[in-house]
Amino acid sequence: MNFKAVLLASALSGALFSVGANAAELTVGFSQIGSESGWRAAETTVSKAEAKKRNVNLKIADAQQKQENQIKAIRSFIAQGVDAIFLAPVVATGWDSVLKEAKEASIPVVLLDRDIDPSGKELYLTAVTSDSVHEGKVAGEWLVKTAAGKPCNVVELQGTVGASVATNRKKGFEDGIAGASNVKIVRSQTGDFTRAKGKEVMESFIKAEGGGKTICAVYAHNDDMMVGAIQAMKEAGLKPGTDILTVSIDAVPDIFKAMAAGEANATVELTPNMAGPAFDAVMAFKAKGTVPPKWIQTESKLYTQADNPMAVYESKKDLGY
Amino acid sequence: MTSSISAPAALGRLLPVLATTLVFIAGFLVCASIYPNFASMRVVMNLLTDNAFLGIVAVGMTFVIISGGIDLSVGSVIGFTTVFLALAIERWGVPPLVAFAMILLICAAFGAGMGAVIQYFDLPPFIVTLAGMFLARGLSFLLSTQSIPINAELYSHLSDYALRFGAGARLTVPAMIMLAVVASGMVLLHLTRFGANVYALGGSRTATALMGVNVNRSTVLIYTLSSALAGLSGIVFSLYTSSGYSLSAVGVELDAIAAVVIGGTLLSGGYGFVFGSFVGVLIQGLIQTYISFDGTLSSWWAKIATGLLLFAFIAFQQLTLHIAGRSGRRPRLATAGAAQS
Repeated sequence: MNFKAVLLASALSGALFSVGANAAELTVGFSQIGSESGWRAAETTVSKAEAKKRNVNLKIADAQQKQENQIKAIRSFIAQGVDAIFLAPVVATGWDSVLKEAKEASIPVVLLDRDIDPSGKELYLTAVTSDSVHEGKVAGEWLVKTAAGKPCNVVELQGTVGASVATNRKKGFEDGIAGASNVKIVRSQTGDFTRAKGKEVMESFIKAEGGGKTICAVYAHNDDMMVGAIQAMKEAGLKPGTDILTVSIDAVPDIFKAMAAGEANATVELTPNMAGPAFDAVMAFKAKGTVPPKWIQTESKLYTQADNPMAVYESKKDLGY
Repeated sequence: MTSSISAPAALGRLLPVLATTLVFIAGFLVCASIYPNFASMRVVMNLLTDNAFLGIVAVGMTFVIISGGIDLSVGSVIGFTTVFLALAIERWGVPPLVAFAMILLICAAFGAGMGAVIQYFDLPPFIVTLAGMFLARGLSFLLSTQSIPINAELYSHLSDYALRFGAGARLTVPAMIMLAVVASGMVLLHLTRFGANVYALGGSRTATALMGVNVNRSTVLIYTLSSALAGLSGIVFSLYTSSGYSLSAVGVELDAIAAVVIGGTLLSGGYGFVFGSFVGVLIQGLIQTYISFDGTLSSWWAKIATGLLLFAFIAFQQLTLHIAGRSGRRPRLATAGAAQS
């Protein structure tokens, strides 16, 4: 993996730097979107922890989902003369003029979690994001491996229609199972990323598939829908995790609880640690002028029941999910 | 504007505005003493640029509130304006300046419509402009739910253009437009017949009509002005972000009302100053800047601080009213009475 190598390299150089120059404290301003989801809250918590680990003074401005607040925050970070700015953009467009100001002040900007409109490519140092197509692919490949050649009918719980994450996770999963003719998606419907909707749609899938007997696996675009689907399977007298395999994405704490209870099989992590690689890239850039690649892809780690889910649950439960 | 009034009376009339200004200056000094980089032209210029759209609608809101009304539609009108401009310029190929003229006319007509409904059907402004708020926000979602970038050349020229003072301090086009609107608003409110009518309407509609003022025309004009300024604010907002988005400026109407009240304008009408609203906007901006300089406080403290300030200023107003009431004066002449006692 090309990206992983780069990631590792930048992490290493960052680590070397932070050991060598502990006293040189770096100040980073982080314009966060808000706290609209558990994942977002966890991202904020993890960013603070990662900053502390590296002796970085992190200033966080919560934009309450408003772009104007993010622009204001970036302007006051520039006025404060911070060493770097992290931006999790609420929308893709409209950043040119404020990012130009940052560039003029020679303050590197790192995008976290989301990209901005292409016209601004030269306006930021790098973007640390996950690849949602890749996430879906990891989930699909796990299922192909687990089905081990046996025929397997999959039902899919999609995210919100039109959301790019949902489109990408669907595409990635299809790519992942493309080589295996035994694994087939038989039903696919939106569960809107919510528990309630996930449960409701799963109930209708179970009814449509002869009480669930013909379903071999469930793939959900996020863990929340899967938690709902697990509930539906249990209520229908099925054993999720044994009768029906489950694989979903995000790695929120609750899915680990289900995995520990044997009711879920696998989840692909959307890591809340976007800031860690960003700090490393900025530190390497500041120390040695190392220019990172325009895109740093975060790892989409697969967790299964073999990964001590209870321990992962314990480590994640206080992050704010 | 105070030339015809004796000095102590003028001082009394200006007391709330003076209080607001003092709060702003004190706040700024406190921030400057905590953060070394705070007391810079850059921060002052940022305050003007970042709050330009709010400042412009706050001027319109001042007229509306002094006349005894309220306009809840302005935030949605800003949102609608940004989406309209983005579509007109990017999809329909309208030249930006023509699009500006079109949207200002549309907004003015929208405001005139609301003013007419309020006046001729004798409906509460709260309900009529609430309907306007839903209408404008709904329309902008109908046009587009996506954020649309505006790539027109004029936009990059305008958003890059700025008068520079020293290290990074720039007076941008949005800031210039806001300052111009504040200045013209002061002239219009304090030095013209229309402005005098606005004050009179806030005192008493019936009395104003009896005085021979065309109440119908004035009311329609006040809401036309407010919506047209909201349209201008939308233009500034679209310059600020170089894009149009139907979710932009949600809740700005409430920020504007807060700025107007913090600026010393009576919500019941009849009393207030454009300059006060301008300082009210700056105070809100100052609180936000403080919070991002601090970097550890939740940004929701900005709302809490604004709430507390609002409360303090309303209490202050009631107090001056009370003192005026005891000296046998009519409430809306409160501060003049306070000055004489």
